[in-house]
Amino acid sequence: MSSLPTTVSDTRVLAGRNLKRIPRQPDLLIAYTVQPVMFVLLFVFVFGGAIDSGSFDYVDFLMPGIIVQSIAFGGFVTALGLSEDVQKGLIDRFRSLPMSRAAVLTGRTFSDVVLNCLSLVVLFAVGFAAGFNFIDSSVAQVLLGIVLLLLIGYAFSWIFALVGLFSSTPETANSIGFTLIFPLTFASSVFVPAQTMPDGLRQFAEANPFTTFSDALRSLWIGTPPHSDVWMSFVWVAVLTAIFAPLAVSRYRTVAAK
Amino acid sequence: MSDDAILVEGLEKSYGSVKALCGVDFAARSGSVLGLLGPNGAGKTTAVRILATLLEPDGGRAEVTGLDVRRDAAELRARIGLAGQYAAVDENLTGFENLEMVGRLYHLARPEARSRAQELIDGFELTDAAKRPVKTYSGGMRRRLDLAAALVYHPPVLFLDEPTTGLDPRSRLSLWDTIEGRVAAGTTVLLTTQYLEEADRLADRIVVIDHGRVIAEGTSDELKGEIGGERLDVRLEDPADAETAVSALTGMCIEEPKISDGSVSVAVRQRKGMVAEAVRRLDGAGIGIDDISVHRPTLDDVFISLTGQAADGDEADTQVPEEVSA
Repeated sequence: MSSLPTTVSDTRVLAGRNLKRIPRQPDLLIAYTVQPVMFVLLFVFVFGGAIDSGSFDYVDFLMPGIIVQSIAFGGFVTALGLSEDVQKGLIDRFRSLPMSRAAVLTGRTFSDVVLNCLSLVVLFAVGFAAGFNFIDSSVAQVLLGIVLLLLIGYAFSWIFALVGLFSSTPETANSIGFTLIFPLTFASSVFVPAQTMPDGLRQFAEANPFTTFSDALRSLWIGTPPHSDVWMSFVWVAVLTAIFAPLAVSRYRTVAAK
Repeated sequence: MSDDAILVEGLEKSYGSVKALCGVDFAARSGSVLGLLGPNGAGKTTAVRILATLLEPDGGRAEVTGLDVRRDAAELRARIGLAGQYAAVDENLTGFENLEMVGRLYHLARPEARSRAQELIDGFELTDAAKRPVKTYSGGMRRRLDLAAALVYHPPVLFLDEPTTGLDPRSRLSLWDTIEGRVAAGTTVLLTTQYLEEADRLADRIVVIDHGRVIAEGTSDELKGEIGGERLDVRLEDPADAETAVSALTGMCIEEPKISDGSVSVAVRQRKGMVAEAVRRLDGAGIGIDDISVHRPTLDDVFISLTGQAADGDEADTQVPEEVSA
């Protein structure tokens, strides 16, 4: 087992490596910033008029949900990056070095946090431009919401780390992400209130953590009744991380170059 | 025995029902180059991956500088360098950044990692490209960088898995020079290759593996010696003279000359004076010679004879039935 200082130092080196790469991959950078912007504009102006969001303007209802979706998918960079590292044999190099076993993954998940901060700035900018306002929320509630978002992003980075390590190519990682995980975000209260859904789907949506996350942020940012969503969100984050981080690390130990 | 930097005994590894290694033994003395030779899928890469702690063996023993690949994996990793057939460097980092990163992951302090990176960049003639992302590099430059990354921490043992596969001849020669330089400095090298010329030039000892088993072992000369001496090939002006040529040459060769397609092939004990004598004999018999050449056995011949993949030649006969059943 590597000592903690070793793990921290290795994580820093690798997080730095991941961040250095980002501006050199313009396609990735564009996906990261333009895609969420497109989603906000699409939902606010195309679908928004036809969606009944109760007493709220749709943009106010939508922004917390769409930010949750974007931040959760921020970890997708990790899935793509790891599957590429496996495919190119870079993981072999790392595994043959006397470095921490967890650092390749913690380096990834921490650099995702930095990227997610960047993404938040872009999302807030486009949200405010589209007419979003905080309603009845204190500075502390806004900040708690941001902390929660970054933790959600972190938990999903581990899920995507596992996806990346199980994918033989970045293309496979891409299709797993967009056919299995992406639809999950739609079967939730991210875009529309769950009450409007038919039986069966509604119960599924209500149990979906994306609903819990979105509703938690709505209670923090636009003053909806809080229920248990905020603390349940933290529980979900802890549970997802506790399940997927060890799974990803154990997969990393045995993963072979394809 | 303590002199062996690499020691492998009874090594076994299966992938599902496929046996990649079925009890392989080999050893490399400290400071020597061991060539692992074999066709694709023979188990060479599996052996290297086990020694580099990337794969766990199913059975047997594997040690590097006396450290066990299972028990002492963490310590062992600080003693090895690995350069693979797929140049494992980050395409989006520059050459310098790649080497600095590897240095930092060996836990060198930043200034130390940077100066070592610069030293290697200069040593591997990558100075002009140091600040360019690796995706702009040629194949040869990538391999040099990959090898440089393996050498960051001055490892006493170096694993090179098909280091020159896919390289142009010029880059190959330059990489060979570099590897020879490391060996001269005392590094032990385990080299896997499909190129017999590469094994011939670099390896002190060669282990031939096929279907997960060691089928021959020795120096290049020993292996060549095992399949016989030199051969004289004579192409005749008129193929109809072949029988006459055989009787003219019979006295000077160690086994019955062979005829094929207008040529006569003669096994001789040593080449000295043989060409002149063959010419005299054939001339005396009034036979016209189109071409005459001396053929030394190469590692290719050894390889073909051992792995039974020969298209012609009797020496492979015993191996052929096994091939068919497989």
